[in-house]
Amino acid sequence: MSIAVYIAVMAVTTYLIRVIPFAAVRGKIKSPFINSVLYYIPYAVLSAMTFPAIFYATGNTVTSIVGTVAALIMAFFDLPLIVVAIGSSASAFIAGLIIGII
Amino acid sequence: MKNKFVMGMRHGVPIMLGYFSVSFGFGVLCIQNNLSVLAAVGISVTNLTSAGQVAGVAVIAAGGSLIEMILCQLVINLRYSLMSLSLSQKLDSSFNLMHRLFVGFGITDEIFAVASAQTEPLTPPYMYGLILTPFLGWSSGTLLGAIAGDIMPASVTAALSLMLYGMFIAIIIPPAKKNTKLLFVILLSAAVSVVFHYLLPMVSSGFAIIISALISSITAALIFPVSAKERGEAAE
Repeated sequence: MSIAVYIAVMAVTTYLIRVIPFAAVRGKIKSPFINSVLYYIPYAVLSAMTFPAIFYATGNTVTSIVGTVAALIMAFFDLPLIVVAIGSSASAFIAGLIIGII
Repeated sequence: MKNKFVMGMRHGVPIMLGYFSVSFGFGVLCIQNNLSVLAAVGISVTNLTSAGQVAGVAVIAAGGSLIEMILCQLVINLRYSLMSLSLSQKLDSSFNLMHRLFVGFGITDEIFAVASAQTEPLTPPYMYGLILTPFLGWSSGTLLGAIAGDIMPASVTAALSLMLYGMFIAIIIPPAKKNTKLLFVILLSAAVSVVFHYLLPMVSSGFAIIISALISSITAALIFPVSAKERGEAAE
């Protein structure tokens, strides 16, 4: 299938999700259950997208795990997003260099 | 009118800087998944959403179906419906349907957060400004990331492909330290996702993300319902 078709379908779906409530819907969702699910969804999505994909993101399990552990430690200490992102990549890169030397 | 636009743009600058770095990682990720620079930028310009785009690239790379793509975007981006819903109550009377159709495109987590923090009703010029600067950051970051992914040595792009995941971890870990409900959701979702990948490899990655996210959020909502007050505090 053409990539353009994928992108178009992706864009139209995302647009409609945003614009339909914005243009048409009034009032608030009252169900505590639905509201709870919607509250949890972003965290669940990010977690499911990250794990286990991060374990093999670099194409090498060892460097990926090094990057993962580095990211977890830095995030635990509340470092800014960009620092965690670059620090994770840098750790994996350095691990790759060390493996190359060994 | 012009002032409101400039004010919106200025409020969008911190978001722009953050988006630039995230979308740089997205550009690299696209190249890693054998997408062209044009496709990478095309996705960012038409979607303006991080998690949905990453999942979308996973679906494209795996040759998934269009139904899978639609469901994937629906589940991951459903939160925007709520944000749009919430913002629709804050709009100035000058917000006609045409403005709503344009501004609706630009509702993201961060833009929503800034817009909802405004005390005055939201005007169209303000919203256009607030969306424009982050949009430029998002598009240019993707372009540079994709180009970098194309020309940099494989060892560097391989390491850089961790950037987005690192950022996701930096988003979910700090709130989970203080909130065991969130920690529960994150661990359960990760566990289900791991099970899908290693034990049920026939389920494509897009569906695995959807199912993991739904199972864990529904379970958490049943065991730990969240009060309106808690949601308000955690929303931003």
